[in-house]
Amino acid sequence: MRPINTLTSTAAPLPLPNIDTDQIIPKQFLKRIERTGYENFLFYDWRRLQEGPDAGQPNPTFVLNKPEYKGAEILLAERNFGCGSSREHAAWAINQYGFRAVIAPSFADIFFSNAGKNGIILVRLTNAEVETLIQRSTANPQHKLTISLEDQTVTDAEGFHATFDIDPFRKHCLLNGLDDIGLTLLHEDKLNAYESNHQKEFWLSPKANIA
Amino acid sequence: MTTSTPRTLFEKVWQQHVVTEPAGEPTILYIDLQLVHEVTSPQAFEGLRLANRPLRHPERHVATVDHNVPTTSVHDRLVITDQIADAQIKALRKNCADYGIELFDVQDAEQGIVHMIGPELGLTKPGMTIVCGDSHTSTHGAFGALAFGIGTSEVEHVMATQTLPQDKPKTFRITVDGELPPGVTAKDIILDIIGRIGTDGATGHVIEYAGSAIRALSMEGRMTICNMSIEAGARAGMIAPDATTFAYLKGRRFSPGTKNYELSSFAKGGGSASPADTIDEATWNLAVEQWSALVTDTNATFDRELAIDASTLAPSVTWGTSPGMVTTIDATVPSLADARSEADQKSFSRAYEYMDLKPGTPIEAIKVDAVFLGSCTNGRIEDLRAAAKVVDGYHVATTVRAMVVPGSQAVKHQAEQEGLDRIFKSAGFEWREPGCSMCLGMNPDILQPGERCASTSNRNFEGRQGRGGRTHLLSPAMAAAAAITGHFTDIRTWKFNK
Repeated sequence: MRPINTLTSTAAPLPLPNIDTDQIIPKQFLKRIERTGYENFLFYDWRRLQEGPDAGQPNPTFVLNKPEYKGAEILLAERNFGCGSSREHAAWAINQYGFRAVIAPSFADIFFSNAGKNGIILVRLTNAEVETLIQRSTANPQHKLTISLEDQTVTDAEGFHATFDIDPFRKHCLLNGLDDIGLTLLHEDKLNAYESNHQKEFWLSPKANIA
Repeated sequence: MTTSTPRTLFEKVWQQHVVTEPAGEPTILYIDLQLVHEVTSPQAFEGLRLANRPLRHPERHVATVDHNVPTTSVHDRLVITDQIADAQIKALRKNCADYGIELFDVQDAEQGIVHMIGPELGLTKPGMTIVCGDSHTSTHGAFGALAFGIGTSEVEHVMATQTLPQDKPKTFRITVDGELPPGVTAKDIILDIIGRIGTDGATGHVIEYAGSAIRALSMEGRMTICNMSIEAGARAGMIAPDATTFAYLKGRRFSPGTKNYELSSFAKGGGSASPADTIDEATWNLAVEQWSALVTDTNATFDRELAIDASTLAPSVTWGTSPGMVTTIDATVPSLADARSEADQKSFSRAYEYMDLKPGTPIEAIKVDAVFLGSCTNGRIEDLRAAAKVVDGYHVATTVRAMVVPGSQAVKHQAEQEGLDRIFKSAGFEWREPGCSMCLGMNPDILQPGERCASTSNRNFEGRQGRGGRTHLLSPAMAAAAAITGHFTDIRTWKFNK
């Protein structure tokens, strides 16, 4: 995982609530066994015209197809971003497409966790703050935002200044690009002690009649 | 264990699984069972290999194939023509062999949707922590387990450590008291809850479902409710174990005290219990004694509470592209004024267009092209019995294609023993092999653009059942009635032939 601290970038606005992981990456791309190569599948159906003679061609009105939003590393969305399926492919696709952060009023739990494991900064701001950022990035695609993880702020050159909460441990992991499994294994003595007792609790064992 | 502080069911299960609580870090929580399937595991196994880490407890992992497998015929499952899907299934076989994980493969008697086979085999038990790289892992909470869906990085974490770093969720009790009116099912309860609190209504919370209407449900109904907890945004859903739970589990293949289990009895009994003479009663009773403590103490408090009167509920149908966009069969498609916020109004407008519906249209006037009976939400034997009762003596409307996809081999076998397959087939339904099928359309079972489906599954997102497909969620009996009449139909007025 790459360490990340500050990010200054233009932002792509996707002003809808409840954007689910089926939209972020449709199921037909979950059959692959690789962890990379998902960038072209991000918002696959929304990026394409669904009807008419040009069905399947890029939808010119979708934000990611507009040349002026090319290179944006921040995605702006409304409430409950990432709801639905647990597919981590959604986080992979967002990351591999080039987004390093998503700003929204709220995120679904499993997506929130998956994003953290992939070094994506998720910033929770108020509805009004997100609305302001969406308006500014819609009016001016070149509008730049700066996210500082260290300071827990989002700012722009027009005086926007918002602070956000982040769990200190998650912040620590993002800043240092830490591997969770390695961190857990630092506690292996405690794990061994727990297991030596827990293994006797056969009524909590998957194969209770065999162990 | 006795304690002076009253605790919720969730808190009891959580505390029993705390390995350590390092200062400034999330709790390290022990995981009793990880269920594995072909779609969300290959990258996790790859991660283990790259880091040269062993899989800590193969005996706490069980795998099956469900998401990708075709349901059309045994031949099509053994010779999968979709090469990418085939490669993913072969990868799971190799990974399970390499790491010593028991795999229930495509034609094994135990195969089925991962959330079907855990309970059927008695792998799922009260008080356990259970995870799977699938959001509908919440299903297992019906047994009083703490069960939740995780991403692939976390799947790898559990493989390597048998633990997960977790922040403690908040608690939310939903009490459903009273008697359900005829024709109203567990599916209608959970759809009503999601409609009330919204698809992010329980984000960050573990829901405990309580009350007389929940207690009166069978294990299958309870699983339907816990299954869709994720559609309300919840981390997990739980129901305290009771006599119904214990009766379901006794004698199952991997239940405490079961000995000399014969696979033939699993198949014959539709995945149910082994004969009484193969149960060590003393061991079983000891387990029941432990499990019986898994109830919320009187005076324990929850972060949130909601009470629902079961007698006021009606059969539910979703009309939009989120499970929260739901109404009752006797209602109409809601108007923009019914949306709770400006953001919801935008979603409503988009949903009208995607679903090709106008506000004010009576739900009963909406015609369907397809009917899907199945999934980890409603692919169990009681679901198929309820649907068969509706279709018995009728025929599917000529404008409708309808299919039944049992959730597991055990359910399929049981249904065939009861003759349900013949009822469905003579009514014009397709009778399929077990798998996730059209719930998510990762396999060949998909809707065509513009097709409208009455589905017993759990998600009605845009394109969920196939690009451009339009999904309406409802109970098995309601789906069956829609298949016969060709439009949504109030099951409360149905004329049963038998």
